[in-house]
Amino acid sequence: MSDTQALLDVRDLARDFDVSKPWLNRVLEGAPRQLLKAVDGVSFTIERGETLSLVGESGCGKSTVARLICGLYPPSRGSIVFDGRDMSRIARRSDMLTLRRRFQMIFQDPYASLNPRWRVGRIIAEPLRQHGIVTGEAAIRRRVGELLEDVRLSPQDAEKFPHEFSGGQRQRISIARALSSNPEFLVCDEPTSALDVSVQAQILNLMKDLQRDHGLTYLFISHNLAVVSHISTRVGVMYLGRIVEIAPTKTLFDRPLHPYTQMLASAIPDITMSGKSRTPVAGEVPNPLDPPTGCAFHPRCPHANDRCRSERPELRDVAGAQAACHAVEERRLPIRAAAPG
Amino acid sequence: MSAAPRPLLEVRHLRVEFNARRGTLVAIDDVSFDIAPGEVLGVVGESGAGKSITGTAIIGLLEPPGRIAGGEVFLDGRRIDNLPAEEMRRIRGRQIGAIFQDPLTSLNPLYTVGRQIIETIQTHLPMNAAQARGRAIELLKEVGIPAAERRIDHYPHQFSGGMRQRVVIALALCANPRLIIADEPTTALDVSIQAQIITLLKKLCREHGTAVMLVTHDMGVIAETADRVAVMYAGRLAEIGPVQEVIHHPQHPYTAGLMGSIPAIGQEVERLPQIEGAMPRLNAIPAGCAYNPRCPKVFDRCRSDRPDLMAAGATRAACWLHAEGAGGV
Repeated sequence: MSDTQALLDVRDLARDFDVSKPWLNRVLEGAPRQLLKAVDGVSFTIERGETLSLVGESGCGKSTVARLICGLYPPSRGSIVFDGRDMSRIARRSDMLTLRRRFQMIFQDPYASLNPRWRVGRIIAEPLRQHGIVTGEAAIRRRVGELLEDVRLSPQDAEKFPHEFSGGQRQRISIARALSSNPEFLVCDEPTSALDVSVQAQILNLMKDLQRDHGLTYLFISHNLAVVSHISTRVGVMYLGRIVEIAPTKTLFDRPLHPYTQMLASAIPDITMSGKSRTPVAGEVPNPLDPPTGCAFHPRCPHANDRCRSERPELRDVAGAQAACHAVEERRLPIRAAAPG
Repeated sequence: MSAAPRPLLEVRHLRVEFNARRGTLVAIDDVSFDIAPGEVLGVVGESGAGKSITGTAIIGLLEPPGRIAGGEVFLDGRRIDNLPAEEMRRIRGRQIGAIFQDPLTSLNPLYTVGRQIIETIQTHLPMNAAQARGRAIELLKEVGIPAAERRIDHYPHQFSGGMRQRVVIALALCANPRLIIADEPTTALDVSIQAQIITLLKKLCREHGTAVMLVTHDMGVIAETADRVAVMYAGRLAEIGPVQEVIHHPQHPYTAGLMGSIPAIGQEVERLPQIEGAMPRLNAIPAGCAYNPRCPKVFDRCRSDRPDLMAAGATRAACWLHAEGAGGV
């Protein structure tokens, strides 16, 4: 296996959810089947040691992508290749378990993701026992202590219950549990959204330290552009189940190409630039059950023309980034050169 | 001070206590501030700092076992913290409007939005049904709901999150209140919708001369909306002053730490400055300044005496560094 190969290669990933009315209603009312295309043809790669973030508003499919990669949902279409192995082609359960050890997930809500009736030590030890990574009670206790120290808690905390900890400390416990199987890859779904800013800073710093010390690769899901700009190597922007733009972090924030990215960037309140008037964007995310034809963003886009209303744009390389936009491709939108760096 | 117009809202030494099994918890401890007519005061702080409880105490919606244990609240010079429940109910809605975080819980799912708005209007203003309906449609138009004449007969579930929050704002504005208490009004919304709601709130308050107490943990929202900002920590005011001063020249070490820990787009730092530790629980607030165990500039006096708000640069901060002879931050 060569080092140049991406750790994760996602191609044309899609997931539909069946949200049809119950069978009897369909028969009686003649209502059709209804599919919600939560993720609709998403492709990206993640290199070893980097952090790729997916941002977007609620309902854009970013969390569904995270869950598909972790195997919490089977994909409707497309492939997920982890370290050269197509995950959908793994038949043997033991092979799957070996692969599973190498990636873990951290969830948004540190209150819901820890069993309130288990002591912290047992919570963190569960993957160790499950995967048979460490055997013997003394060895497990030692390893749990190390993991707690890794996330800047104390080994004595293993004896406590989750309710004795604050939100930030609970998120540290979730991270310790995720690290217990020595994973290479962490999928983090809004890990700091439920936390206060000062605690968020502690967790983001911890995640960066762990990435450096353990050589971790992150897929980071967030709606917070400022957090994303701080933690990521590259950023993908999602809208209604598709990636509309993906670029290195600095390029994306210096020079957003897609009109949706530009809109998102101008919509965030920024404490350093206070006094500026925001560009309020008209309209809301359309109903995903009935997405617009052509480019899904066209009803809100100031640059939309007939082609945007009929033909769906694909991601194309544009000046150091990738954007799915006819206006960008046709140079109807001026493109500044990306700042060096 | 006598020349200045009397503030619309005056909060004096407010103290809120909760009776718990093991003694009394002090959730709000000696908090005083004013809001002038037409002014937007932002209240920030981390969860548990007491910002929402301050808001609920002012509008008299504190749930037992919480109670106001001391201090006074004046609205337009009239004391309102000790009014009987019935009289307070009339003030709520008529003079003080409220907007909460989750628009779904502020609306009754069983009634059309029109019915809820009309009922609120008729409770507070002498109008017949037709007049009230006309005013309700006007209000919905004002908060930017398209096709208001039709939408007025829809149920809350037929509106999106952003539209629902607009309906809640319309409800709060029904009786032209003098003061709106907005508790995290944009937290449940997406950024693009947030921008729309904030712009709307700002515009309405300017046009109606309504004062706003805006409670949020989002400094970006405060920076864009507020005239002044109050920073709360462990149930106390840490700092209060003009918003630009507090953000760019914070005088309390906690405010400085809080501002530093917010990531900003375009700023490239390997690590964010972080405040060590966590806010103390209400049953374990340290003696002296509540922030002293986490403060990088702590000295002896901080551990024994509690600082009051004192002049500090262009703001007022509760920090001994600003006491006479201490030399500032």
